[in-house]
Order: sequence, then structure tokens, then C-alpha cells
Amino acid sequence: MTAAATAEPAIRVEGLDKSYKTLHVLRGVDFEVARGSIFALLGANGAGKTTIIKILSTLLRADAGSASVNGFDVVARAADVRESISLTGQFAAVDEILTGRENLVLVARLRHLTGAGAIADELLERFSLSDAATRRVSEYSGGMRRRLDIAMSLVGDPRVIFLDEPTTGLDPQARLEVWRAVRDLAGRGTTVLLTTQNLDEAEALADRIAILHGGRIIVSGTLAELKKLLPPATVEYAEKQPTLEDVFLALVGEEPRKEPR
Amino acid sequence: MTTQFFGDTAILLGRSLRHITRSLDTIITTAVTPIAMMLLFVYVFGGAISASSDSYVNYLLPGILIITIASGISYTGFRLFLDMKSGIFERFHSMPIARSSVLWAHVLTSLVANLISLFVVVLVALLMGFRSGAGVLAWLAVVGILGLFTLALTWLAVIPGLTAKTADGASAFAYPLVFLPFISSAFVPTDTMPGPVRAFAEHQPVTSIVDAIRAIFAQQAVGTDIWIALAWCVGILVVAYVVAMITYRRKTA
Repeated sequence: MTAAATAEPAIRVEGLDKSYKTLHVLRGVDFEVARGSIFALLGANGAGKTTIIKILSTLLRADAGSASVNGFDVVARAADVRESISLTGQFAAVDEILTGRENLVLVARLRHLTGAGAIADELLERFSLSDAATRRVSEYSGGMRRRLDIAMSLVGDPRVIFLDEPTTGLDPQARLEVWRAVRDLAGRGTTVLLTTQNLDEAEALADRIAILHGGRIIVSGTLAELKKLLPPATVEYAEKQPTLEDVFLALVGEEPRKEPR
Repeated sequence: MTTQFFGDTAILLGRSLRHITRSLDTIITTAVTPIAMMLLFVYVFGGAISASSDSYVNYLLPGILIITIASGISYTGFRLFLDMKSGIFERFHSMPIARSSVLWAHVLTSLVANLISLFVVVLVALLMGFRSGAGVLAWLAVVGILGLFTLALTWLAVIPGLTAKTADGASAFAYPLVFLPFISSAFVPTDTMPGPVRAFAEHQPVTSIVDAIRAIFAQQAVGTDIWIALAWCVGILVVAYVVAMITYRRKTA
């Protein structure tokens, strides 16, 4: 927390306000995300998490307030913001008719990178999709789609990545695969802003967590800081019951699956 | 900026053309309905209808080509709707690419897909006895008119493609367009129609386009029909383009 703390944050949001017709979704949202960290935006359905992501990725304009990503204002320097970011939306934004490799090549070419084929092959390898590279995405499982989706977001090594509910609808193993990918990203210095309604996910991944409720960030901090908000736990002895997830993973195995077919 | 626009459009065009080549069934489906109509009208109704013209296929083909385009562009609306819904548009829009490229790629794909369908329909018509003494330039003129009409209807199709809530909604708007040729000079001359119907038939775009193409195929003077036809095409094109672009900006701003 020396250089990163003093350097300009990767994302800065100030007084963000947004209404849809009669629905006042954001009422003055403020937060900052340090470079190279994983920041989780936690909130219930409809809390406005996706709205924030859309504003930060230049898809939507705020009614008031300001936001900057990688030092660029999202309105005034939208083109520079788009050069700096990648968005993995709530629904896997992959082309079903193309193969996995073609999807990656498409994104690489749209980012005007040279050696699109090599970039695609490297990412396929990294996300254990090499075997499925030449199959159409419509034949992929949900977890494979999500992995491809995230791989597509990594083309061109963007500085900042937005992951909007990256594990919604995934089975436990696929979720663990995505978690591994996210940790790996942060390890390479990429800033990750992820939204989730899953508390475990925020706990497992995030350096800092912000809770969005009623259109505002009501608390923000590290997991330890958030835990201090509650009165200290009294020590009790209880038999540790395995959760259903523990049972499920013990029975079917935790390692990433080799995809069938 | 402009070179980037052309480059991005070309890349995205490659993507949607791949969609076309991997779902050739949509092109076949597009061509099947007009071909079935052509068979029906020539071999079932044709004997009763055709008195003036020596070959009913020759009379009928221009109208059938219009129907082919009308049913073809409904797939453009459908493909656009799928892209909007799948989130891949949001991915493209959050990337450093020219935003209008995303729409233009769909529009140009529609043009290519429709030209292939039209080609198939003309081949069938030739098998059914369609003949024309028209030269290369005349054929190019026909392709030009049909291309312009396709472009105009495609931009029209973009509007429901962007705004529809369901896939059916995105393609349903094409049905009235498919029936427009029936109330025109496409199947029978307009002079047998009762007053108001005839007035409508003679003042809607299909009649002027059909008459112009028919005259070109028959190597007759096209007269003012061609200008009325072009005015309709350009008029629809401009209005539909402006509305589609405004809708697009509103959706993506």
C-alpha cells in the first residue's frame, strides 16, 4: 500500500446520480478503486450495480456527478476510456455462431492488434479452451461461455476490467474457475471492478468491498474493516457442519473439468 | 477516423457474413416463399389471369423480386435484435471502435444476403421460362434499383430491430411489406381494380418499381416510372436512415 496508495486511482466516482424515468437509481455514489486491486460492489438486485458499470464503460450517461477511469473522464474522454477498459456484462457477450477462436480473433482485430491469431491461441490456452477452440460457441457449456467471455475481455491487456455479476447462473465448479481467473488478473496488475450479489464471492475475491443500497454506498472498506462494524463475536464451540457446497465439491471434484465432446 | 470506420465496418461485416454462410437456411427460407408464390401464380392462377401478356412469368417476376426483398429484410431485423439482446452490442460499444460501424455491418450484410436470394429466385424464374433480351447495362440497372430498394427497406428494418421487445416483434413488421405487392401492378394490371384500390395501387412505391423493372426487362421505354421508383427508394432510405440513427443514438448514448 505504498506506491498504489499515492498514485492516482484507477477508478474515481464522485456524486454519481442517475434516474430512469420515475426510478431514482443512484443518489450520489462516491468511491475510488486503487490500481491493481479487486473492488467488489455488493448489492441486491436492482440496487444500481449494473447502472454504475454502464456509466463507467461509457454505455450510459449519468444525470449528475463525475467519473473517471484510468485518469480519463468517462464523458469528455470516452474514446480514451474505451481504450483502457474491457466490459464483461451480465450476460455472456459472445457470438454463438462463431467458434471460440473466431470470437477472440474478432475482438483482437477490432482492437487493431497485430498477431490476432497468436493472441487468441494464448488466451484459449490460458482459459483451458484450446480443445474447444474450433467448436461453435453455441455448443459450449455455461462455464465455458463465461470463460470465453472473460478471455475476450482480456484481449489487448486493458488496464481496467469490469465484471458485472461474472458468476451468476454458473455451477459451483465453473464459479471457482472464474474466481481463479479473476485472482490471476489482479496478480498481473489489472484493476478489477466486479459486482455481485453473492456475499461469498466478495469475501473470496475482493481487496475492498462497497455495499450499494438505496442508491448510495453505505459502507466501504476491506473485509476486516467491515467485520469490525459488527460487535466482536463471542467464542462458542460448535461442531463444524460441512456446507452443501463442501459436500457437492467433495463428491464431484474441484478441479476444472476437461470438457466433454 | 474515417479509415477506422471503414476498417471496423469491414471486420464486423466479415463477422455477420459468416453468420449468413453458416445459416444458409435463412437465405433459402427467404427465397422459398417468393418461389412458391411464383409457382402458384404461374401454374395455378396464371392461365386465368394472363390474357394480355404473352408470358406471365415475365409479367410476374419483378413483383416476386420485391416480395423476396421484403421477406429477406425481416431477417436483418431479427439478427440485429439478437445482437442487441445478447450483450455483444454492449461489448462492441465499450470498445474503441466506430459505433456506427456496428449498424453498417448489419446493413451491408442484409444487402449481400438479399442479392443472393434474388439471384436464386431469378434462376428459378429462368427455369420456369422467364426470358429477357435485356443487355448487361439493363441488368445492372435492375440490380441497382433492387439494391437501392433493399437498402431502403433494410434501414426500415433496423428500427424494429433496435426497439423490439421480442424476436417476433423484430421481424413481424415485414409482413405488411410482403403483402404490399398484391395491391399493386405486380400480379395484375391496376386498371381492373375498383377506384380507391386502384388509386392506392397506383400511388404506392411497389407499382412504380415493378413497372420500371418490367419495362427494362421488356426493353421498353421506362418513362417516368423509373424516376418515381428512384424517388420512392431514396425517400424511404433517407427517412428510415435518419429515424434509425436517432433511435440508435438514443439506445447507445
